[in-house]
Amino acid sequence: MVKTPIYLDYSATTPVDPRVAEKMIPYLTELFGNPASRSHSFGWAAEKAVEEARGEVAALVNADPKEIVWTSGATESNNLAIKGAAHFYQGKGKHLITVKTEHKAVLDTCRELERQGFEVTYLGVKENGLIDLDEFKAAIRPDTVLASVMFVNNEIGVIQDIPAMGEICRSKGVLFHVDAAQAAGKVDIDLGKLKVDLMSFSAHKIYGPKGIGALYVRRKPRVRLEAQMHGGGHERGMRSGTLPTHQIVGMGEAFRLAREEMHTETERIRMLRDKLHKGVSDIEEVHVNGDMEARIAGNLNVSFNFVEGESLIMAIKDLAVSSGSACTSASLEPSYVLKALGRNDELAHSSIRFTLGRFSTEEEIDYAVKLLHEKIGKLREMSPLWEMYKDGIDLDTVQWAAH
Amino acid sequence: MSYSEKVLDHYENPRNVGSFEKDASGVGTGMVGAPACGDVMKLQIKVNEQGIIEDAKFKTYGCGSAIASSSLVTEWVKGKSLDEAMHLKNTQIAEELALPPVKIHCSILAEDAIKAAVADYKQKHGLGGEEYTACNPPKEH
Repeated sequence: MVKTPIYLDYSATTPVDPRVAEKMIPYLTELFGNPASRSHSFGWAAEKAVEEARGEVAALVNADPKEIVWTSGATESNNLAIKGAAHFYQGKGKHLITVKTEHKAVLDTCRELERQGFEVTYLGVKENGLIDLDEFKAAIRPDTVLASVMFVNNEIGVIQDIPAMGEICRSKGVLFHVDAAQAAGKVDIDLGKLKVDLMSFSAHKIYGPKGIGALYVRRKPRVRLEAQMHGGGHERGMRSGTLPTHQIVGMGEAFRLAREEMHTETERIRMLRDKLHKGVSDIEEVHVNGDMEARIAGNLNVSFNFVEGESLIMAIKDLAVSSGSACTSASLEPSYVLKALGRNDELAHSSIRFTLGRFSTEEEIDYAVKLLHEKIGKLREMSPLWEMYKDGIDLDTVQWAAH
Repeated sequence: MSYSEKVLDHYENPRNVGSFEKDASGVGTGMVGAPACGDVMKLQIKVNEQGIIEDAKFKTYGCGSAIASSSLVTEWVKGKSLDEAMHLKNTQIAEELALPPVKIHCSILAEDAIKAAVADYKQKHGLGGEEYTACNPPKEH
């Protein structure tokens, strides 16, 4: 018998790997020193741990440890990268490029820069969630200072062509920032090869603790940032604030484990994800959102047409998943990511994101498939849209009376 | 989103799910909401010769609160006259189900569904009911 609820929301966050937690604990108690203390062994021990962890984070993405700046998480990394670069290079121009399907941490940061007088181009995506490279190239202007594109989308798991976009940016002299919160430990990242100038990372998406992240800031060619957090001049002045040693140690260990295990782990997770996909694909009117090839192994985002996402989540409460339907908000707007793919409202409201991870098991997937079959059937029996569809009515021709 | 026990009860054991023959003379059908908004309710009433609603059925596409609101009103309208049914208020539904503010629209939709069903019945029988439209169709969303 599987233990419920079953966690299938690994893109929201992950449990801290027990090996990571174990490594963190001594840094809360005995090894509590401030890494900035230069005058005694407490500080030295903490500093050594911080630098080792910096090395582990750098190693996963083939960067120089000196290029890693600790932050509180990917949201802060995105803020620091985009605002920091925009402010520093505003003499060169005030135009930025990003994408409509980016995380709010990027979109809202861009909105803020717009309020400060910057101009931002929000690129659309193709139906499969991927960016059209020609469109990307065409969006670059003489006054463009930075482009920001996420490596892996948090909702639909699609992998953007970062190598190609990096080449385009470098050839045009535009800084390239990549939000890799959902990518680290899931896709190979080689910053020795990628023409990426700034890259954001998070620990809690890959079995590390919450509250810690990092920003990669390229040294050759050197990228400059205006600090957003002022204080003691930590992290070479780019991000002041006492370093949380235990969190950093946890992030380092999580990245080390990812480097050692990601290839075997990815294959196992892909097998489970494919099993889940196959298991639900015999249900009528099931649509996968986003490209199935250029996609991380652990993500399956599907719309169960004619069933509203939030009620489905209620029906499958043994599964911890998330929905692209935002019926809880006053606006009742469905996921902006799915809307950007051109999904109609019904499909966007009917979407469920399943994300699998390190501790997902085959039994859990079997249980999930069985439960979905049962509950989709029940909810469709209750759905007037399903009834109309079965009667052969084209829902697009119906004049809806909205409230 | 945490739901009240009453919402959960109606959601897990919905009352009166189903459909009546739309064209039957004693049946009034109300369909409100829009897929764009994430909820569509179809409420049907079966009215006897004395003008009393003797049965009701619903189908709802929407969140748990929308399903619970429609399930609840099918219970409430049974045994009521058309005029009494018209006087059911969304606030009573919201109160009974302890709906949080973000879900009040579900109760409004359920009230609209009753009114639309009664209007449909009256129109069929030349009782002077005008076609009831809850609101304008959605424009750009």
